[in-house]
Order: sequence, then C-alpha cells, then structure tokens
Amino acid sequence: MRTLKDLFKDYRFTFSFVVFVIILSMAVLSFFSPYDPTLWNVAPRDMKPSADHVLGTDSNGQDIFWQATFAVRNSLIISLISALISRVIAILVGMIAGYKGGAIDRVLMFIGDSLLVIPLFLIFVLLAMMVREHMNLVVLGLMLAAFGWAWDARLIRSMVLSLRERDFTMTAMLSGTGTVKLVLKEYLPFTMPLIFSTLINNMSWAIGLEITLAFLGLVNLNIPTLGTMLNWALFYQSILLGRWWWILTPVTLSLFMFIALYWLSVSISEYLDPRTRIQRVGA
Amino acid sequence: MTFVKRYLIPRLISYFLVIWLGITIVFLIPRLTPNDPVMKMVDQMRARGSTLEPGAMDGIIHDLTQMYGLGGSWLEQYGDFWGRLVHGDFGVSFFQFPTRVNQLIGTALPWTMALLLTSTALSWTFGNIIGGLAGYYTRKRWSRSLDMVAMVVRPLPYYIFAFALLLMFAYIVRWFPITGGASLGAVPTFSWDYLKDVVWHSFLPAVSLVVLGGAVNFQTMKLLVQNINAESYAQYAKLGGVTEGRIVSKYIIRNALLPQITGLALSLGQVFSGALITEIVFGYPGLGMLLYRAIINGDYNLIMGITVLSIVGITTAILILDLTYPLFDPRVRYV
Repeated sequence: MRTLKDLFKDYRFTFSFVVFVIILSMAVLSFFSPYDPTLWNVAPRDMKPSADHVLGTDSNGQDIFWQATFAVRNSLIISLISALISRVIAILVGMIAGYKGGAIDRVLMFIGDSLLVIPLFLIFVLLAMMVREHMNLVVLGLMLAAFGWAWDARLIRSMVLSLRERDFTMTAMLSGTGTVKLVLKEYLPFTMPLIFSTLINNMSWAIGLEITLAFLGLVNLNIPTLGTMLNWALFYQSILLGRWWWILTPVTLSLFMFIALYWLSVSISEYLDPRTRIQRVGA
Repeated sequence: MTFVKRYLIPRLISYFLVIWLGITIVFLIPRLTPNDPVMKMVDQMRARGSTLEPGAMDGIIHDLTQMYGLGGSWLEQYGDFWGRLVHGDFGVSFFQFPTRVNQLIGTALPWTMALLLTSTALSWTFGNIIGGLAGYYTRKRWSRSLDMVAMVVRPLPYYIFAFALLLMFAYIVRWFPITGGASLGAVPTFSWDYLKDVVWHSFLPAVSLVVLGGAVNFQTMKLLVQNINAESYAQYAKLGGVTEGRIVSKYIIRNALLPQITGLALSLGQVFSGALITEIVFGYPGLGMLLYRAIINGDYNLIMGITVLSIVGITTAILILDLTYPLFDPRVRYV
C-alpha cells in the first residue's frame, strides 16, 4: 500500500494509471458491444458524434466508439502476446548468457546484437508480406516477439553478470543449490523490476509497429486494431472530407496509450532506482 | 600490428557475420513461409483476367521461378543468391517491369541519404548540446520544462508524430507542401531556386526526425551530465577553482559524449527505419516511398534489394563509427 501511495506522488504515474483504467475499461466494454466489429453497415454512415453514436460513425457504417473498444482490446492483445513471449526469450537468453559465459555467451550475444543492428522494420515487412493471408492477432504477436528480445536480454545478462560475483551466489553454490534453482530462486527476483519495465517498453514498441504495419496494409484489415482504424480513416480520406471525429479517435487513443506506457515505465523504474529519484526531486 | 590482430580482424569478422546473418534471414523468410511467391504472382495474373494457354502459363511459372531465384535445392538457391548479391544484382523490379532494382534504388537513395544524414547530424548535435546544458543546470526552470517536453515527445512513434506534424502544418496551417520532394516539374539543377524548393519540401520530414531523435539524445545526455556532475572529480575541480566553462567543456561534456557516440551507432537501425516511415507519411521520394510502392504492388525483388542494402549500409556505418572511436576517447588505444 505504501508503495502505491509513494508512486501516486509522481504525476506521471497517476496520469498513466488513469489512462490505463480508461483503456482497460474500454477493452472490457468491447465484450458488451451491441455490434459485431466485422460487419459493415450496421449503423448510418458518416454521422457526427451524437447521443446515439457517442463518437460518430464511419464510412463503413460502423459505430466508432464500439469499434474503438475492439481496437483497444486487440492492440492490447497483440502487445501482450509480443511482450510476454519476448520476455520469456529475453530472460532465458540473458540468464544463460550471463551465467554460463564463454562461447554460449558470445554466440547468444552475437545473435542479439545482430538483431539490434539490422533494420527490423524491413524484416517485419518481408515477413508480413509472406504470411499476409494467415495474418491475425496471434501471428502478429508471435512475429514481434521473435525479434523483440535482443536489447532486454542484454540488460538481464549484465545484471546476472554482476549478481554472479556477489557473496550469496557463493553461499548458495557451496550449500549445494543447483544451477536452475539458484537462477530461478535467487536471481530472478532481483531482475523482476527490470523485466517489468522492459515489458512495458516492449508493449509500446509492439503497438507502434502494429500501427505502422497496418498503415502499410500488411495486417488483416478486418480485425479492428488502432492501426487498422487509422488505415480505414485514411483510406476514406477522412481528413480531406472533414470527418475529424473518425481520424481523431485512433490518433488520440494511441497518443495517450504511448505516453501512458512510457510514463508508467519511467515512473516505476525511477521509484525502484532511488538514485534517479533523488536527482529528480533535486535533494 | 597488435591493433590489426587484436582489434581490427575480430571486428571485421563480426561485421561480416552480422551481414551474413541478416542476409540469411532475408533469404530464409520467403522460403520458410507457406506462401509461394511465384504462385501468388500467377494467381494475381489470373485474377486480373488474363487468360493464357496452359503451355504459356507453364513458361511464365518457369521464368518467374528463375527470376525469384527459386529453382533447384535450397543450397543451390543460397549459392545463386549470394552470387548475385556479390555482383550487386537484385534482379528486375516487378511493378516497373523491365527496370532493374538497382536503378530504382539508385534514384531514391540520394534523397534518403540527404534527409537521414542531415537530420541525424542535427538531432545528435542539438540534442546533446541542449541536453548537456539542461543536465548541468538541472534546477533551472527552463531545464525542467524542456524535460517535460521530452517526456511527452519521446514515447511517440515516428508514424504518429510525423502524421501529427503533417496535419498541423500542411492541412490546417498551409505553410508546407503536403507531399513530394520537390515541386512538380522542377528540374534538378544546382541552382539556388531548386535547392530552396527541395529544402522547403523536406523541412517537415526533417523536423519530425530531428525532434524525435533529439528528444532521445536530450534525455540520455541530460542524465549522463547529471551523473558526471555528481562525480567526485567534477566536485573537486569546482572546489579547486577551475573555471566553470572549463569544467563544463573539458571535464563533463567530453566524458559524457563517449556513450553518446556508442548510442548513435546502436540507434542507427532504428533511425533508419524511422526515416523510411517518415518518408512514407510525407510522400518524400526516397527509399521509404519506394518501399511503400513495392509493398503495395507486391514487388518482392525490390523489397529484398532495399532490405539487403540497408543491412549493409547500417552495419558499415556502425563499423566506421567503431573504428574512429579512439579519435574521441584517448583512453582507448589499440596497442
């Protein structure tokens, strides 16, 4: 409880928290939507926001508010699949490379560093073009997960490298703790905060890439996500035709989502690392 | 000699290994996925309603297979693939049919290079100078407000930010053109007018790259300077009466710049991808726009060409940065 109270002193945490409550409740609301998101012409077209349609309707004849609830839910699903699976890879690679060292370390870090250097966006374009017909939320999430672990594995590795030199490692080893147990029971708790902040960053990265790929038309446009909503709004020239309520919904939602995710990760990691906290307060 | 043996050769080996790995991924992706690009092309041709005799269709399939380099076993294909790459041959573009991919990339590349080099240089320089000052004068009000701005700008993806700029300054306030790299019909010359036209067109894309990249540099530099300023040697210099200007320039900035050079090298891949997306949003005639048209038309050879070229380009840029590192840090000597 005290932790939460301290965290709420940071305006960035409070802001992110409020945004997340709103976004999550939107995602939950999608289960109660009166419309099927894949059907067109269920509402009158191109209506301005009104009592019947809170955020108006689009040129496909869909209610923008309810469409947005699905979009938020699906974007969150993609980012969670990507973030959770890439976390597993990052933890495994980071822990093994850090703990084992030697040739395994060099090979794993070489692969990771290569992924950092190679323009991944282009690789995703190639991949997405090839699996276009089979593209759905899970495939996209897995695709992003397969390439999104490199930097975080490096962070975890350097942390394990320093943990390995500490006294408790020797104590544990001398008292007969096995490697697996040592890593899971002793090291993992130390790296948890780091893993959590990289999890948030990865989610934000995944949502951003989904929007980019959707803009290029490389995802299944019938599944509403923040990216595909934007794509449809641009496709029907909603800016030129003055249908601001359509284009503004996904743009505003994603802006708030990115800022909230970033502020959440910054405020939490600053809270966990008192040195930066002191600098911020200026004590 | 030890420099060559202990540093240069291992570094060159890793350079070539990264390129090898990246290009192998590019080679493998189309072959691991369930789709057959040749049959996809054929299906598209059928869908357009072109009816051909069965024999002619077989011929087309054969030709396409050859052009994609999909004949023979994987090993043979892999050999052919590298054989063509070494000669710098990416094959023929499909959406502008007999034009070679090399030629298309050749026309687009100078635009991207100009935009990317200028904006990276500007964002790195300004981000570091302003970040350094803000880190030194942490408690000043302007430093805190700049920090606030960076906090908001930093998480925005290139696409959203570029799009917001376009909306504001090209649609709502019509200060800048909506699309293109130069006015229609403008003849590329080295005249002042043409140059002005190009700068005016590339202003918004450049600004979006400079601001986003600058925010990252600003934040890291600010943090670095804050940390160095708290180090005992900086404190000691202050107590010892070293002038403030000297402390800032010789003691703090020089030490803080080193990780920033590494940071520049590490972020190049990101910056490059960001530039491609920005180009697409602004309709800027560089590699990004070429990529966009290639995606829409399913031009596989062209996408491969752009990807391979970027992998080689970025790794080479990082190699050069790495090798020149001792120039900036006298402590690193390859002896």
